[in-house]
Amino acid sequence: MAQVELRNITKKFRRHTALSELSLEIADGEFFVLLGPTGAGKTTTLRLIAGLDAPDSGSIVIGGADVGKWSAAERDVALVFQYYSLYPHYTVRENLEFPLKSKHRRFTAEEISSRVARAAKTLRIEHLLERKTDRLSGGEMQRVSIGRAIVREPRVFLMDEPLSNLDAKLREILRAELKDLQMKLGATFLYVTHDQVEAMSMGDKIGVLNHGRIVQIGTPHQIYHQPRDTFVATFVGSPAMNLLSGVMRDGRVVVVPGKLEIPVQREIAGELATSAADRVTLGVRSEDVVVGPGGGLEGQVYGVENHGVEKIVTLKVDEHLLKATVPARMAISVDSTVPFTFNPSKLRFFDAQTGAKLGSVKEA
Amino acid sequence: MAAIALKDVEKYFGDNYIIRKLNLEIEDREFLVLLGPSGCGKTTTLRAIAGLEDIDSGEILIGGQPVHKRQAADRDIAFVFQLFALYPHLTAYENIAFPLRATKESKAVVDQRVRAVAKALRIQTLLDKRPSALSGGDMQRVAIGRALVRRPKALLMDEPIGALDAKLREEMRAELKHIHRQNEATTVYVTHDQVEAMAMADKIAIMNEGVLQQVGSPAEVYHYPANLFVAQFIGSPIMNVVNGAVRPGEGYTQVLLGEDDAVLRFPSALYQKVVEHRHESDEIAIGVRPEGVLVARQSIDGYIPVEAHIIEPLGPYDIVDLKFGRQLLRSRTASGYVEKAGDVVWARLDEKQTHFFNTRTGESLQIKL
Repeated sequence: MAQVELRNITKKFRRHTALSELSLEIADGEFFVLLGPTGAGKTTTLRLIAGLDAPDSGSIVIGGADVGKWSAAERDVALVFQYYSLYPHYTVRENLEFPLKSKHRRFTAEEISSRVARAAKTLRIEHLLERKTDRLSGGEMQRVSIGRAIVREPRVFLMDEPLSNLDAKLREILRAELKDLQMKLGATFLYVTHDQVEAMSMGDKIGVLNHGRIVQIGTPHQIYHQPRDTFVATFVGSPAMNLLSGVMRDGRVVVVPGKLEIPVQREIAGELATSAADRVTLGVRSEDVVVGPGGGLEGQVYGVENHGVEKIVTLKVDEHLLKATVPARMAISVDSTVPFTFNPSKLRFFDAQTGAKLGSVKEA
Repeated sequence: MAAIALKDVEKYFGDNYIIRKLNLEIEDREFLVLLGPSGCGKTTTLRAIAGLEDIDSGEILIGGQPVHKRQAADRDIAFVFQLFALYPHLTAYENIAFPLRATKESKAVVDQRVRAVAKALRIQTLLDKRPSALSGGDMQRVAIGRALVRRPKALLMDEPIGALDAKLREEMRAELKHIHRQNEATTVYVTHDQVEAMAMADKIAIMNEGVLQQVGSPAEVYHYPANLFVAQFIGSPIMNVVNGAVRPGEGYTQVLLGEDDAVLRFPSALYQKVVEHRHESDEIAIGVRPEGVLVARQSIDGYIPVEAHIIEPLGPYDIVDLKFGRQLLRSRTASGYVEKAGDVVWARLDEKQTHFFNTRTGESLQIKL
């Protein structure tokens, strides 16, 4: 197992800059998730670490050594793809043995069989070992693909959206299994996904990537509660964080004069006054929009979505729509007018122009 | 506007049935979602209503009239597909107005109807653009506008937002529902996504392998699933289900998870009800959603000690896997409530949120405590 470091990596494809000045550190034994939309540069990053591509500038350090000049095989990292890439006419056992039989490696027959047995036990696919891979379900195939990485006992696991071809229920199950596996192996994982639920639920740390740049690196808690800009705020979390554009006036953010004015805690108002122009974007998550008597603000119910344990209510104030999470048992009807308020300690503020977080507002 | 009814509808493909004895009533103005995994027969059902697919037996009524012998074009139904199917050389305005060409409406009436639909869909400013200049979400809005402008009796949609990204889907869900409330066309909406179904439906019809499993409001199918399939298809995270047993105790009922991985105390009425409901001495499957697994950091009467395994922080709350002996049950807790994997906490199952199923048939015993 090993620690991984990327230092100021830039990668261009012709005139398109895929990655610019990307730096990140993955600790030994850490589950690091690289999260971003399609085209953000996630897969490019994986390919550079694996040695399938070379950066234009910057360095890649694995286990303390600069691996820039090393071949893919020498780097001793394992890639698991979205597509299973198994040999269809071979059994599961043969597929698992395959990476150990390459001519670069000299394993004895006993070593090979014990590694395969160990991997099969870890992944709970012992009963499938003699089956041909074209007779497996999607979830089983993905387990075997992961098994092919495990038998090698690589220093680092690189995973490129390994669950995205599976259906929702299976993804949910494999999410927990993968996290469990990583903890058992104590392995260093770099896991790439566009799915924020996967990132939040599995990552020890998340690096959010957009347009080839790292926007924020932090624990799931930090990313969710202290997003560095409006991109992170809306990309992570479902529903997306509500963003309202307003003007700072007398300690209040005025979104719609008289109808949507949000008082701001004094120390925060002070900080905002010194740090920014008077236009701000206020961010608040749906669970911090509190619907109920004594709210002080009023909104018209535009829509109600049932989500089982809770409902998500869309409130309309003038032309502004915002989402609130309420308990499932709350009776609430469309078109009615309801009182609501915001949890004052959970308000976030962003620069109206750049979208960057304002102030050093602390989590209450 | 019109009600739709399917009576004993069957569809075969060779020896295999695609739809079996399907009875379903969709009320006038209702938003019904047909939900199920791929291959369950939901799209075939939708296509049969539209007249794009023949049925082998049964009847389909729209507004009380049998329609299965009529041509698709004569059914006064609009269909929206996952793929946008817009005319690339026409503007958004012309695309929406297209279905009105064949009608003999005056230009002024056409214009008024196109603009009214565009306003409802919030695409007034995009009417001069061609599809290639529109985003995926806007293209789908135009496609829906084209369906609505005819004021059809019924609107049929086949995964209309399935091709959009997660954030846009979230937005479009609310928009589509809002549009439905404004135009009130009877709507049948097909999806495999239970979140979409729960969020949008007045009524959900869940299908599996060609067989209708349950019809009910989102709250009904979530809180009172008819069988294990529905129980585990609806809801995320998936409902915990473990095999177990129910035994009489002194002043309470014992619920055993697994072989005897954990023994939990339930009200004494439970055993009586199980005896009443069970025709054979089958084993029982115990189902509980993560929010029905109650967790405490201290020992409380009726709670048993369990070890936290994996913690998934999802933002507003955490999903914590708890080890009840060898049985893993997922619970939903406040964010950060259980600090780390390996911690011992106390847990019990909320009796009002615990379901009991027949392990052989998968049917719910319909026990309410």
